Amino acid sequence: MTEPILALSRLSGSIAGQQVIEDVSFEVPATGVTALLGRNGVGKTSTVKSILGLIERTGEVRLAGERIDALPTHRIVQRGVGYVPEDREVFGGLTVAENLRLAERYASPRRELVAQLFPDLVERRAQRAGTLSGGQQQMVSLARALVNDNRLLLVDEPTKGLAPRIVDEVAAALATAAETVPILLVEQNLHVIRRLAERVGVLSGGRVVHTGAAVDFLDDEALVQRHLGVHDASEAA
Amino acid sequence: MSTVVLLLITGLGLGALYFLVASGLSLIYGLMGVLNFAHGAFLTISAFLGWEAGRRVSDGTWWGLAISALVGMAIGALVAALTEYFLIRRLYERHIEQALVTVGLSLASVALFEGIWGTDPIYTARPEWLTQTTEILGAKIPNDRFLLIACALVVLGGIVLFLHRTRYGLIIRAGVENRQMVSALGIDVRRSFTLVFAIGGAAAGLGGVLASVYYGYVSAHLGSVLLIFAFIVTVIGGLGSLTGAAVASVLVAVLQQFANFYLGGTGDLVVVVALAAVLLVRPRGLMGKVA
Repeated sequence: MTEPILALSRLSGSIAGQQVIEDVSFEVPATGVTALLGRNGVGKTSTVKSILGLIERTGEVRLAGERIDALPTHRIVQRGVGYVPEDREVFGGLTVAENLRLAERYASPRRELVAQLFPDLVERRAQRAGTLSGGQQQMVSLARALVNDNRLLLVDEPTKGLAPRIVDEVAAALATAAETVPILLVEQNLHVIRRLAERVGVLSGGRVVHTGAAVDFLDDEALVQRHLGVHDASEAA
Repeated sequence: MSTVVLLLITGLGLGALYFLVASGLSLIYGLMGVLNFAHGAFLTISAFLGWEAGRRVSDGTWWGLAISALVGMAIGALVAALTEYFLIRRLYERHIEQALVTVGLSLASVALFEGIWGTDPIYTARPEWLTQTTEILGAKIPNDRFLLIACALVVLGGIVLFLHRTRYGLIIRAGVENRQMVSALGIDVRRSFTLVFAIGGAAAGLGGVLASVYYGYVSAHLGSVLLIFAFIVTVIGGLGSLTGAAVASVLVAVLQQFANFYLGGTGDLVVVVALAAVLLVRPRGLMGKVA
């Protein structure tokens, strides 16, 4: 078996002294999409932020075998980790083009790929990102991660609050991205997970309680109900 | 009419001084969340060393004033960068300690300046044209006001160009909005902190030299006096907003001049009342972001 691109071992994280995840151990394979699931508030976003050092954390984080848990956030990202945050966090006062230019870390950014995936952004390149719709802002956020040739993408709830048509566009963009880079995806939309993910990890109470193939998990209605408290409506669709 | 014109242009001149101090304060707070009470000290040491350099080269001439301005800006940038590197950098996100260190530095520096240059103001020589007046619409405007306004406009234009035309400017504008997200794009945002301190220090340094032209003297308390109004301007304009600082500098200084003339020397009081009104009605300031 090939080495995982990301390995978490006994990772704990805290915000303002309050522990939000505890002893999370989890691996992300070097290909495809791995979904991190769980009910609201179980620590999915905190796990992603802990990986990047955006919150206080202890434990081990390895990127392609190299320990990165002692590094500051920018150094972790420079090692090839793209990040799409939960609430998009585009720079509202900057234009679309400036948002993308800021994100470009390498001499040859993948502008053509971004233009192909999000043609709308090309037309709106001079528009302030703060004036875009939620869906367009999500595209900017995704484009900032995809413009670099990363080794891993951390994508946090990319379809949250978006219209169904935009959800499809975002899912399509992630599917294209996943052909070349592994993705750790935090997502609530089971339809999107079924479409994209090959594996899942399920968090409950700040710990990983289940890992396995995505399709096996989604097909087990009792498991989905127990860990997520919802039925997989996408199965019937 | 002539009185109104005189007050207006004098207010603009004073506003230019406020802006030179407030621009740095605003950028530093906007990017780093640091309330820099030592900013006045940058201004004062720049004024003293600029004056020392200028008078040695050619006292009371344009050449001497240009040397003063260059030395003042260089000293302001250097002292500010050193302050950030050796003192502030260790205290990011520790706001109380930041305030204590910068207030301490401010108080200690005044004592140091008094020890070196004495407690009395030292009157400075200026180029002859700056001691004269120019008549506009019947008002005799002291010429130094035009110099102050022109310098502030150049500094404003320079900072705007830097922020909009350079990669560091882009990082600073993004960092003012969301510092953590800048780091999450793989950028070492702290590198730009020293640069912002240096830019703010250079503007304050120029402000120090020009304040000595405006007031006609240098003193150990020059920075302390201007810092109070610069803070008021920064809060009224909106913490972190350069445009807000520019607009508020003009509003505060013009208001101060008119109140001093028409309301019996109550300029300072009126400014404080304006500050209170802004804080009550629009706490984020004229152009600040919603917290």
